Amino acid sequence: MSAPVQTASLTAPALPAAAAPAPAPAFERSPGYWGHVGRKLLRDPVAIGAGLVILTIVAVAILSPWITPMDPYRGSMLRRLRPIGDPTYILGSDELGRDMLSRLMVAGRLSLFMGVTPVILAFLIGSAIGIVAGYVGGWLNTILMRTIDVFFAFPSVLLAIALSGALGAGIFNAIVSLTCVFVPQIARVAESVTTQIRQRDYVDAARLSGASSFTIVRVQVLGNVLGPIFVYATSLISVSMILASGLSFLGLGVKPPEPEWGLMLNTLRTAIYVNPLVAALPGLAIFLVSISFNLFSDGLRSAMEVKE
Amino acid sequence: MLTFVGKRLVYVAPVAIGVSIVCFLLVHLAPGDPLSAILPVDATQETIEQMRAAYGFDKPLPVQYALWLWRVLQGDLGTSIATGRPVIGEVGRAVVNSLILASVATLIGFAFGTFFGFVAGYFRNSPLDRAASAIAVFGVSVPHYWLGMVMVIVFSATLGWLPPTGAGPDGSGNWRPDLAHLRHLILPAITMSVIPMGVIARTVRALVGDILSQDFVSALRAKGLGEFGVFRHVVKNAAPTALAVMGLQLGYLLGGSILIETVFAWPGTGFLLNAAIFQRDLPLLQGSILVLAMFFVLLNLAVDILQTALDPRIERG
Repeated sequence: MSAPVQTASLTAPALPAAAAPAPAPAFERSPGYWGHVGRKLLRDPVAIGAGLVILTIVAVAILSPWITPMDPYRGSMLRRLRPIGDPTYILGSDELGRDMLSRLMVAGRLSLFMGVTPVILAFLIGSAIGIVAGYVGGWLNTILMRTIDVFFAFPSVLLAIALSGALGAGIFNAIVSLTCVFVPQIARVAESVTTQIRQRDYVDAARLSGASSFTIVRVQVLGNVLGPIFVYATSLISVSMILASGLSFLGLGVKPPEPEWGLMLNTLRTAIYVNPLVAALPGLAIFLVSISFNLFSDGLRSAMEVKE
Repeated sequence: MLTFVGKRLVYVAPVAIGVSIVCFLLVHLAPGDPLSAILPVDATQETIEQMRAAYGFDKPLPVQYALWLWRVLQGDLGTSIATGRPVIGEVGRAVVNSLILASVATLIGFAFGTFFGFVAGYFRNSPLDRAASAIAVFGVSVPHYWLGMVMVIVFSATLGWLPPTGAGPDGSGNWRPDLAHLRHLILPAITMSVIPMGVIARTVRALVGDILSQDFVSALRAKGLGEFGVFRHVVKNAAPTALAVMGLQLGYLLGGSILIETVFAWPGTGFLLNAAIFQRDLPLLQGSILVLAMFFVLLNLAVDILQTALDPRIERG
């Protein structure tokens, strides 16, 4: 749980409205908190390692158009499925004779984009739904949370595939489907954290001192719930990466010839008897990113002292 | 207990109705007409109208939903557009195959998961804990479809020990309990078991750590109970939650097996869904998803009730 953001008015007695000056809640994110989290993270070698792997892969993916050793789209019928360590192709070549290293670098762009975007969108939408449901409570909470329950009745892989199967293949549809998978999960966490915060004394204190609902949500609620929701969202990136590449692996996401790790894994399936090591490379990339995000999220969770 | 079961049922009913609405709307989410996949390009307007009326697509949505739900409740999930056979039969056959694979995988995952979880929980912060936790993180982080490919590469393509695809030697659509079919089950089941293994190991590790830090464990040790006796108490306390997680994992695997079933060409629901999506066979897609989601809802209900029955501490409210 992040450090409670308290207003100065906490100690002030409930005065008649006229006497109470409009409280401009001193919104100071307790100055030492993020510094404290940062210092704790820096003492966690696993989290640092995972963070560095993520940063490296993201940097390579972003810079890939300028730094790939070869053209990732140009193939050669004569030099297909070269092994790893080939003098021209460091990591071998794929089933159409295209350089694997260059393709893996460029593929990172779409794979990361499709894995991270749904979680960011779901973080925004799910937090909004959950905070409103948790703060307003009552019948609105019942309606919102019962609707969310319906989506929990689908295993996430099934929901993602059902939605993108119905919507049709494509990058946009895949992102929409994955966002729909994660919104209910984040909304549920946001709702339960908000419900807890709403019952705290400092929320009552702010209300008694005349703060409007909007101000309370903006200061007391957001200040305290965003941390735990954020940690939860980072733990979803790993699943999202696996699912996003999984959709492309099934042919429901990115379309050829655009390189994407899941799609590359699919097209190289035919090559597992000829050149198994090259065929397994794109999956290794997905695995590396996914495990790094998991380990980093674990480190962040313990540094921020968020309970499961 | 009976009132508890009654209350759970009342709670599940709206969820089940919601699931049926989502499954119904799925077909209408699809771009274009659901019939466009089977009608010839040069079909006359008259033929199209006739087909729409035959499938009931000309009525307003709520009416269509009510009619559809009425048929579903009678066990009629419609007719597959691609094969012309009833959807219920196709889904039924596939569910059996998927259930076999998912159950075996869950059992393997549960066995290894509880073992690693207990080791990690008992020896917190030791190298053993770190090794067991690393295996657990591997289980939840590995893209299972890739792991499936790696398994095929190692055990089929390179070593030649096990068959790479299919449910049986004759390419049959059904799994049978004999040695030849068992050989086909090993690779997909082990691949699939990695996910529940990771999840269960993490749960059990946290559970065991929690239980061991409680006062009653110190009391047991203080009165001179041996380490094995203490272990029995820990198992009894951890069992309800661990079993509940296992039950939920079975549901996740059954619904989420599409990727692994595709890799191993296992003739289950995942395979069926894949075919339905690419042939744009919407009744089949709708029917399989409805069956899988309803199975998941009922499984959750069963787990909930069983957990309460097993653990007297849980309030039956």
